[in-house]
Amino acid sequence: MIVFRYDKTFEGLLTTLFDAYTRRTFPERLLSENEPLPMFSEKAHRVITESYKSLRVWAALEKKLSRAVCGMLMHVWLSELPGSDELLFRYMHKALDAPSSIATHFADKDVMEVKKIAGKVSKEREHLMQFVRFQQAADGTFFAPVSPIYNALPLTMPYFTQRFADQKWLIYDTRRRYGYYYDLKTAEEVTLNTDEHLLDGKLDDAWMTQDEKLFQSMWKEYTLALTIRERINPKLQRQHMPRRFWKFMPEKN
Amino acid sequence: MNEQVQEKLKVLAASAKYDVSCASSGITRRNRPGSVGSAEGWGICHSFTENGRCVSLLKIMLTNHCIYDCAYCINRRSNDIKRATLTVGELIDLTLEFYRRNYIEGLFLSSGVVRDPDYTMERMVRVVKDLRTEHRYNGYIHMKSIPGASREWVDEAGRYADRLSVNIEIPKEQNLKFLAPEKNYQSIFQPMFYIQQGVSASNEERKRFRYAPRFVPAGQSTQMIVGATNESDNDILRLSSALYQRSSMKRVYYSGYIPINTGDARLPALKQPPLVRENRLYQADWLMRFYGFQASEIVDDAFPNLDLEIDPKLSWALRHPELFPIDINKAEQSLLLRVPGIGVKSALLIVASRHHGRITASTLAKMGVVMKKARYFITCGELPILTVNELHPDCIRRALAGKTNPKKEADRRQLSIPFPD
Repeated sequence: MIVFRYDKTFEGLLTTLFDAYTRRTFPERLLSENEPLPMFSEKAHRVITESYKSLRVWAALEKKLSRAVCGMLMHVWLSELPGSDELLFRYMHKALDAPSSIATHFADKDVMEVKKIAGKVSKEREHLMQFVRFQQAADGTFFAPVSPIYNALPLTMPYFTQRFADQKWLIYDTRRRYGYYYDLKTAEEVTLNTDEHLLDGKLDDAWMTQDEKLFQSMWKEYTLALTIRERINPKLQRQHMPRRFWKFMPEKN
Repeated sequence: MNEQVQEKLKVLAASAKYDVSCASSGITRRNRPGSVGSAEGWGICHSFTENGRCVSLLKIMLTNHCIYDCAYCINRRSNDIKRATLTVGELIDLTLEFYRRNYIEGLFLSSGVVRDPDYTMERMVRVVKDLRTEHRYNGYIHMKSIPGASREWVDEAGRYADRLSVNIEIPKEQNLKFLAPEKNYQSIFQPMFYIQQGVSASNEERKRFRYAPRFVPAGQSTQMIVGATNESDNDILRLSSALYQRSSMKRVYYSGYIPINTGDARLPALKQPPLVRENRLYQADWLMRFYGFQASEIVDDAFPNLDLEIDPKLSWALRHPELFPIDINKAEQSLLLRVPGIGVKSALLIVASRHHGRITASTLAKMGVVMKKARYFITCGELPILTVNELHPDCIRRALAGKTNPKKEADRRQLSIPFPD
């Protein structure tokens, strides 16, 4: 079995592809720097990430695949699912070898899998756009905690910067411990040195703006008043609004 | 903002909740510097109530005082309910504050009729106009147009709202007059016609001047109550299909009748709202809008009501076994869409992937085709040939309908749990 080691970055993955083509050997497994070798494997090639290599591979892919499909590859990468890098590797390999675009070859296992995973990540992105709930802090900044199962937060930035263009906000991923802060111009990635007080998702009362509590309770009362007693269907509610999002939503607390 | 507003919000939300329309789709508007918000073309649902219904817009009435006395409506003047009225300022504040917290996609403004239709329209228009001009609000606005409103106010509303709607409520005029003595079809279809005219005029204008103002860019919608009167599904679907002929009509909503005003002899006493029938009507509606079906194919005089046990497409397919089986590897997309178990997405996938090679049954399943249904209606060169023609349609019907699953039974029992106030 041929095994490559790389640094588990997207650029690293593209460089792996570059090395595979130059060496004319295609690995069956991709390991991180210090994962143990699987049984029966020959010695592993160590890939050194280099940006000129990765850019060349990406340019080649962009020639072969449409922009939407390249976006899907990014989505799959952000899923952070185990094995998704190997899936991407197989997909890119096939795409580069094929004479025409393989993007619609849904009878192929890998093509279908990429589409499925990209769909899941895209769904998570949509969930974030739906269920993010801002709380206003005393200084006027709006704060929202999130903890998506896939790393979909970067994908939502075009939406949030459009929608909330005239207010300062911070959306913080409590699972991955990073977030985006928007300062009325651009959204910048931030990591906080001390974020323990943010991890439970609630701003301290002292930090909140005066009316924040009132608006939260108004919203809760509103969604309750909107419920029709004869049509209670909690299963449908959970289907559309998975329970994992409830902890940060005022209407459910 | 104070507790008083909160109380009003509760009362007016409860008054607006029987209007089922909720879509925030149909218009994409990017944020312009200095304005608040944006609109996404596909619409975003920001929350779901315990009904599983989405809350996309702040659906609320300006007031629930009403001079009309419609039998099916919770806000009719003879009902003894809490009444409230929001001021323009209060409503605008609420909308903007909720919007800034990502609770809502926009405003859905409705109102009881006070004094006369035009007076009511004037007050509603003031809210949407202030939002758009003074607060430079860029988000979605859906406004109800009051039946009997004059052209002047419909035109004014259309300049600021993204979608306007006039509810038909009852699919036959004599029944409407019986239940809602103050309304008639003239008062409902006239505003609808004004909206259609405004939309066409603005589209013409925009062909000549690129930045001509838009009029109700997300079109209009309407709603019909199902099960309060004796119309058949044939009547309902024929009316919807006629409405969809107008380019500005984007959605017709069906609302299963909920006995709100018990004791009114004009209305049937139902134990449960006709939820299954409502669902079947929506399925039929989807067939008309996305699957290329005509209303006359789904229901007709000989078959006036939808089958409650199986979905309308399957029902249609079982009545037309002569058209099947369809060859997955050759049939056109419009034919694929007619196969039960194949939806719009899977039909697109099938057509897109065909030129790479033959499609087999196992790939179909992976593409999301419901093989449980589809296998009786397709061939792909390798399925055992037991299609609808070898088996009798009745036999397939029995195989696919009427399976009572114990889990669902439990859920139905849950419906009767009284909801805490």
